[in-house]
Amino acid sequence: MDPIRLRVKRQARPDAEPYWEEFKIPYRAGHNVHSLLMEVQLRPLRADGTRTSPVAWDANCLEEVCGSCTMFVNGQIRQACSALVDTLARPIVLEPMKKFPVVRDLAVDRSRMFESLKRVRAWVPIDGTYDLGPGPRMTEEVQQYAYALSRCMTCGCCLEACPQYNDHSAFIGPAAVGQAILKNLHPTGPLTKEERTAELMGIGGIVDCGNAQNCVVVCPKEVPLTRAIGDAGRETTKKFFRDIFRR
Amino acid sequence: MAEQRHLVVGGGLAGLMTTIKICEGGAAVDLFSVVPVKRSHSVCAQGGINAAVNWKGEGDSPAVHFDDTIYGGDFLANQPPVKSMCDAGPAIIFLLDRMGVPFNRTPEGLLDFRRFGGTKHHRTAFAGATTGQQMLYALDEQVRRYEAQGLVRKFETCEFLGAIIDEGGVCRGLTALDLRSMKVEAFLGDTVALATGGPGIVFGRSTNSVVNTGTAASAVYQQGAYYGNGEFIQVHPTAIPGEDKLRLISESVRGEGGRMWTWRNGEKWYFLEEMYPAYGNLVPRDIASRAVFKVVFEMGLGVDGENAVYLDVTHKDPEELTRKLGGVLEIYEKFKGADPRVVPMKVFPAMHYSMGGLWVDYVQMTNVPGLFAVGEVDYQYHGANRLGANSLLSCLFGGMVCGPKMLAYAKGLTRAAADVGNGVVERERRRQEDVYDRIYRMDGAENAYALWRELGEWMTQHVTVERHNKNLKLTDDKIVELKDRCGRIGINDLGRWLNQEVSFVRQLWNMLELARVITRGALARDESRGAHYKPEFPERDDARFLKTTKARWTSDGPSLSYEDVDVSMIKPRPRHYDVEKRAG
Ligand SMILES: Cc1cc2nc3c(=O)[nH]c(=O)nc-3n(C[C@H](O)[C@H](O)[C@H](O)COP(=O)(O)OP(=O)(O)OC[C@H]3O[C@@H](n4cnc5c(N)ncnc54)[C@H](O)[C@@H]3O)c2cc1C
Ligand code: SF4
Ligand code: SF4
Ligand code: FES
Repeated sequence: MDPIRLRVKRQARPDAEPYWEEFKIPYRAGHNVHSLLMEVQLRPLRADGTRTSPVAWDANCLEEVCGSCTMFVNGQIRQACSALVDTLARPIVLEPMKKFPVVRDLAVDRSRMFESLKRVRAWVPIDGTYDLGPGPRMTEEVQQYAYALSRCMTCGCCLEACPQYNDHSAFIGPAAVGQAILKNLHPTGPLTKEERTAELMGIGGIVDCGNAQNCVVVCPKEVPLTRAIGDAGRETTKKFFRDIFRR
Repeated sequence: MAEQRHLVVGGGLAGLMTTIKICEGGAAVDLFSVVPVKRSHSVCAQGGINAAVNWKGEGDSPAVHFDDTIYGGDFLANQPPVKSMCDAGPAIIFLLDRMGVPFNRTPEGLLDFRRFGGTKHHRTAFAGATTGQQMLYALDEQVRRYEAQGLVRKFETCEFLGAIIDEGGVCRGLTALDLRSMKVEAFLGDTVALATGGPGIVFGRSTNSVVNTGTAASAVYQQGAYYGNGEFIQVHPTAIPGEDKLRLISESVRGEGGRMWTWRNGEKWYFLEEMYPAYGNLVPRDIASRAVFKVVFEMGLGVDGENAVYLDVTHKDPEELTRKLGGVLEIYEKFKGADPRVVPMKVFPAMHYSMGGLWVDYVQMTNVPGLFAVGEVDYQYHGANRLGANSLLSCLFGGMVCGPKMLAYAKGLTRAAADVGNGVVERERRRQEDVYDRIYRMDGAENAYALWRELGEWMTQHVTVERHNKNLKLTDDKIVELKDRCGRIGINDLGRWLNQEVSFVRQLWNMLELARVITRGALARDESRGAHYKPEFPERDDARFLKTTKARWTSDGPSLSYEDVDVSMIKPRPRHYDVEKRAG
């Protein structure tokens, strides 16, 4: 088997110019993109044999469940750990996410996603961690919808694909909408729904969504974003009318 | 006295629970983590969390849970804290439920419970096949709530380097490396809690995540904290061998009829069924792992000449498989690109969990006053072998003990960290900075990642399933050799910004120190107990070894001492899973 050619878009620092480097990695069955990058750590040589630094990238779980290793693999936004080399066209081309600041090489800063979770107050306002007895009952049906939303690993694929999410728009993006709806679903949700809905209605909220549904297509965890966005739309409309008639 | 300052290192389940408890007590927390806390290793836990609620009318109770845990751990755990943990189980599940963890439900809308290894009861609450992820998210949300209130400050690309210990031997804060700027910074704290998880990466590839190097635990061990029961390492029999990671395939696959086999003389050999006719494929984890090792290493019968055997469900109805095991089979499909309904899975045992960890007292404090440890990084709750679904419980319970004790400890201090002389702090910061200056100047011929792979191979082959004193000695020598070769590493990356190679060199050194603790602990323990198995000493030896191993760092390697185990509640009895467990 020919060696695997790997082209990586690199960048030394957030403010530096990007550049491309190519690596040649001896073929072995069973590689994924993560283990290819590990081979570069072992032999940090460019394809022409000259020495370079190993590539920087984020990773932790290696099971597609922590969301760390999102990048473009052959132009597709996905996780490096679950990108199996034997299924990829070659040369394999790696690029960092585009909607988040590059820290170095393929590592990016996604703190904006965590900030969005603050904006929509994605938490249950519990009274305390003391022994206050069992939680409220929940039907299997609600649990299953909640579980599906709760699998969102903040990987950012959906934001990368969403035409409405970028530097100059305040739209919080589909992932955070999903989490807002998830918290509304909890039996305590109705108590705190108003605040969350207000955030979704405000600048950059659900009204900015062009409904292209690119987000759902790229989500690796099959989070039901379309349904959540629909639910959010209904909530904001209801609140809109409530607010009008209250005046 | 100045306001209390608390530093928590690690944002997995244990660190987040500790943080929540401190905030609930009204104090502020600085939270440090190598990865954004929501991406911590705890997300990997699939199976569930134990609590004896007895909602299936099986006569379960925290007392039975306590007995199962002590028995499963082969009587090596101190009993009082384990009892407290089991007693707290139901309240912890209810709390998680109130926080919104989407646990599976019964038709009545109540929590559902499943069965796990080492018990006869339905005691395990679960959220689909991603229980750990769901639990971590619920705690992460509560911490974010405190963060929004200004009580929590997060430092999420920061690596803990060491404790700041004053002239009196008291912990007064920590030093950390900002992984982006590569600058060493000092942080003062009246208390420091390490919740930095397990050391799987010491074994090269394991079921653990990338950041589970054990580097933080090793650093404080080298500063004088005791490491307890390091030699107790759990190996899971069925993981998918991978170039980068050994991904877990749950025990439930065998529970649903999966069979293990390999080729022998051109025929399928169902070795577990032949070796253990009574239990067949459902022998406990340690026995199954040993059998696979025997087949592969002693008999050389690995599939395709690899370190692997088959776990086969192809004889089962594909639809039933999807219904019962969908989530698990998906992992195999996703990462091996093959459908286990059609082709047998290739599996191999994998290092999975460390029962050992930093020695702590019953309120989670190490022997260094002010330095706490909690979660997989402590040694406290699992004895010689951990039962499935007990780890998540011990992480949360430990956090619930640790947080309030940190508050109480700080309150009792007569001198606050803020009043500690700048000299102590600056000296420690400099010491750490010097380490990195030296690393940046390394220009030898060795590659740090290659040395790490070598370490992993040795540890996996000789210090996991079966331990022979001869090989343990050779491994210890090997580790010393690797430490020596560490001095001849060459750095390929001289950048002063997110330099992962430079931070790895430091972690590698710490892994080597910890590897010696594990190996030397195993060498010294001439018996078999729980996960620690020596064919030369196949029996448990309570007279000599019903004792906690405590390792203390010296420049010549770990110095071991032994401490009696508190067995005041359940009298030790032989552990056999080929017959029903007798009541304790
Ligand atoms: C595949 C798999 C499945 C499992 N399934 C189950 C199960 O079903 N049930 C069960 O009970 N247990 C299970 N376990 C075990 C359980 O998941 C872990 O023991 C538990 O999650 C450990 O949690 P923790 O909070 O101690 O540490 P972790 O979740 O590992 O978190 C460690 C934290 O420390 C940080 N950190 C580490 N080093 C440093 C440093 N030097 N500086 C700063 N921060 C640092 C990390 O960034 C992270 O935030 C499983 C384990 C694996 C591997
Ligand atoms: S449906 Fe809305 S959120 Fe999803 S990609 Fe389109 S614009 Fe973005
Ligand atoms: S919704 Fe899906 S794509 Fe978006 S962040 Fe969550 S897991 Fe990733
Ligand atoms: S490393 Fe966690 S998703 Fe890839």
